[in-house]
Amino acid sequence: MADLVFDRGTSSFRRGLQEGTSIAIGYFPIAITFGLIAKSTGLTLTETVLMSLIVFAGASQYMALNLLTLGTGIYEIILTTFIVNIRHFLMSASLNEIAEDDHLLKKAGYAFGITDETFSVASMNNKEVTTGYMYGVNGISYASWVVSSGLGFIFGAALPQVLQESMSIALYAMFIGLLVPSLKGNAKVVMLSLTAACLNSAFTLSHVLSTGWSIVASTLLAAISIEAASVLKKRGGAQGE
Amino acid sequence: MNNSIIWMIIGMGLATYIPRLLPFVLFKGKELPPFWQGVLKNIPFATLGALIFPAVLFIQDNVLYGLLGAASAFLLSYLGLNVIISVLGSIVVLTVYSSFV
Repeated sequence: MADLVFDRGTSSFRRGLQEGTSIAIGYFPIAITFGLIAKSTGLTLTETVLMSLIVFAGASQYMALNLLTLGTGIYEIILTTFIVNIRHFLMSASLNEIAEDDHLLKKAGYAFGITDETFSVASMNNKEVTTGYMYGVNGISYASWVVSSGLGFIFGAALPQVLQESMSIALYAMFIGLLVPSLKGNAKVVMLSLTAACLNSAFTLSHVLSTGWSIVASTLLAAISIEAASVLKKRGGAQGE
Repeated sequence: MNNSIIWMIIGMGLATYIPRLLPFVLFKGKELPPFWQGVLKNIPFATLGALIFPAVLFIQDNVLYGLLGAASAFLLSYLGLNVIISVLGSIVVLTVYSSFV
């Protein structure tokens, strides 16, 4: 019996590793570039790798380098990091709804690895979200992020410019690849992603909100308004009968 | 090694980890009202929309570049191909495109 449980754990871990592979590929060019910029910002190799190890959040790591160059204080950098990453609160809350019930400490372990990408892969996967699966997806992504940051610091300049540029599509292509199968024949999903995409474009292009807040606001507005609309529609339908 | 950089990294780590962890602690074993459960189930689809647009248009100075990459990924996954194939396929399309333009 114990063996059975163990097998189930390893196989879902392995499934997580497999499904996380596209994230690992996508992180490669971003982390390489991060390592390269960190070096030119004046960070040491240890500091660069340490940042990827401890923070594990692409956008805010880039932002920190940018702010360091501008001479911004560390408290402002930490506060900005919080604002940029507050969207993960929504993602963890959403994942908590579908994740296998498990000890809080185990969940606290994989919570560290929740990024835009790992969240997207986990919530679009069509089997159950077990603890082993989460460790698989997050583990391979984390490894790629940390190792590629170091490689970028050491060898970054050696990667051909054309390849580095074309690889920047990787994570967007992954997001699209995850979304498209659910779009087919599901009007609600189409409405959700379209509404959030339009709101986010409007908020950021008009500079009303910074990118971090804009993703939070557009995601919440779309998810709440479309849920309300579908509840009202159901109620209307029930009354009509 | 610069001490203030290390403190900054630790602070950034906490500022990132807390939002990731908090929902698992706050909502542990709690049943949310059905409406909010529905909202949370909508979040992934809305998030994906917001993560893709408008950012994909600005991966290079030329907006067409991102658009072409996005269109390739859309087509490949619409044809039912695996996510990794869509990722690699769109990288190939853009590499070929920038070799000719």
